[in-house]
Amino acid sequence: MADDAAVTTAPASPATSTGPAAGATRQGRPAAGRPGGGRRAADSKLRKRLEIAFFVAPALAMLALFVVWPVITAVQMSAFRWNGRGPLVDFVGLANYVSVLTDDVFVGSLVNNLVIVVLSIAIQLPLGLAIALLLNRKMWGQGALRTIIFVPYVLAEVVAGVVWFQLLQPYYGVLDTILQSVGLEPPAQGWLGDPDLALWTVMAILTWKYLGLAVILFLAGLQGVPEELYEAAQLDGASWWQVQRRITVPLLGPTIRTWGFLSMIGSLQLFDMVWILTKGGPANATSTMAIFLVNEGTRSNNFGIAGAASVVLFLIALVMAVLYQRLILRRDAKGVA
Amino acid sequence: MTTSTQTPAAPTTAPSRRRRGSAGRFQGGNPVVYAVAFLVVCATLGPVVYGVLGGFRSNAQLADAPASLPDPWIFSNYTGVVTDPSFWQYTLNSVVVAVVTTAIVVVFGVMAAYPLARYAFKGREVLFMVFVAGLLFPATVAVVPLFILLTQNFGLGNTWWGVALPQAAFALPMTVVILRPFLKALPKELEEAAQLDGTSRIGFFWRILIPLSGPGMVTVGVLAFVGSWNAYLLPLLLLQGDMKTLPLGVADFSSEHSSDTAGVFAFTTLAMIPALVFFLAMQKRIVNGLQGAVKG
Repeated sequence: MADDAAVTTAPASPATSTGPAAGATRQGRPAAGRPGGGRRAADSKLRKRLEIAFFVAPALAMLALFVVWPVITAVQMSAFRWNGRGPLVDFVGLANYVSVLTDDVFVGSLVNNLVIVVLSIAIQLPLGLAIALLLNRKMWGQGALRTIIFVPYVLAEVVAGVVWFQLLQPYYGVLDTILQSVGLEPPAQGWLGDPDLALWTVMAILTWKYLGLAVILFLAGLQGVPEELYEAAQLDGASWWQVQRRITVPLLGPTIRTWGFLSMIGSLQLFDMVWILTKGGPANATSTMAIFLVNEGTRSNNFGIAGAASVVLFLIALVMAVLYQRLILRRDAKGVA
Repeated sequence: MTTSTQTPAAPTTAPSRRRRGSAGRFQGGNPVVYAVAFLVVCATLGPVVYGVLGGFRSNAQLADAPASLPDPWIFSNYTGVVTDPSFWQYTLNSVVVAVVTTAIVVVFGVMAAYPLARYAFKGREVLFMVFVAGLLFPATVAVVPLFILLTQNFGLGNTWWGVALPQAAFALPMTVVILRPFLKALPKELEEAAQLDGTSRIGFFWRILIPLSGPGMVTVGVLAFVGSWNAYLLPLLLLQGDMKTLPLGVADFSSEHSSDTAGVFAFTTLAMIPALVFFLAMQKRIVNGLQGAVKG
């Protein structure tokens, strides 16, 4: 849910991000620069500091306790061999990192994450764009249509996963029954039981779940394209395709790039859906980094390994986020400036 | 994003539609568009509707003719779920955790966003960057150490607070990022007028800012609520027995009764209703709130 908010606020940045510095100084003047003697000014300055502290402290305390502390703990854990009980004594240096990075299961999980990152964007971008362009017109039932498209996104991954798990049951699930009734042979081990098919099946379900978000965001971005542009293009005799390709899609650029960023971060963290559908199986064919670290942490009690895997996952996410920012999002920032 | 832009545009739509009607190509439905829309709706809703209807069938019906309507309609699956006390226990847990999470996110979020939006002070942008950086720490990365800290250091294992507090903490960065432009957009004259009337900045916060930022708070509140309602990983690690939330209940029920497809469908349907209803009821507010943030 939080995702769509981020993107829809993104278009605001041109308007707001030019404002902060200028607006701030203007705002501050009546309060801070009011004439009235040194002591009064100092008093009001102190008072302002206290007010700021009062307003910001609770949020910062929450972040420190539940975000920063655990992340530091992960780094700490990663340097020890530890089963989760007692003090951290068995210092192993970087050995946990070595075993994580040479573990076939972890490397396989990382590859799966990367495949999901790439395929999510490669599938959902053209499909979402096509649907959004097609639906971006005044038509009967438009409001209802947009709501319906968003439904899978609002469902919990667990709920969606459980329903799909039932639909995909080998032999007696609805998909297999339909296939059999038209004379097709469903996979013998089931869609989720065949190591060659399982990741693709998960990918298909993820597409079903998250395509709506792309469509809704792209539609919202399309609302920002001024109608005059279409009219002018029409007067110039541009065809529908030319208008979409030359005007709409380029203007949708910032929305698409921000969506891509969120999609990437989401794919790197994937856990719920896979846990429900396959628990990472068969034979780790659908395992992700999050599945790996939860397995190590809670099932095998290898908290040192889980800590190292957490740090590696974080670093990978960070590097990809920074690269994305540098290579792709920077264009938007430049456009603003 | 959708409805709110249509409403203000209402006066202009009629003439522009007429104009476009003559131009023809760009707007209005044509059979291809409706066909695609129909396919999209089927693909989107198909599994959901199948699940809802499947709850009204028996397992024998599902096995004999997987792709047909309930015949006869059977209510025992649904009544079985709603008379199951653990379903209501899970629902209660989900509600409490989601309400606590939402309350913390909205209160602390708007408090933090206020000085970041409307005070001028040194280090403000740095402070804001702390929250932006918080976006880069997904809960998944920290979930194992979080589990250790909550159970061993904070004594919050298997409690509502143990789930709600970290969820709120991880939702705060996004909340502040959404709310700041929103609060910034409120006209400066309001603040000046309040100051002339002798209202302090804190008075301004309570009496003017809070009432005016309702839509923004609803937006972040709904996002936090739905996020908490759907959360699985942290509750999975922290909660056992009677403390479980609905997603855990759904997953348990599905694995314990995996051959009782109809029962699983009924349980799943009832578990998804609250999130769907809440979202649909609040959709306009979310949309308006986001629209406001965009304009800001």
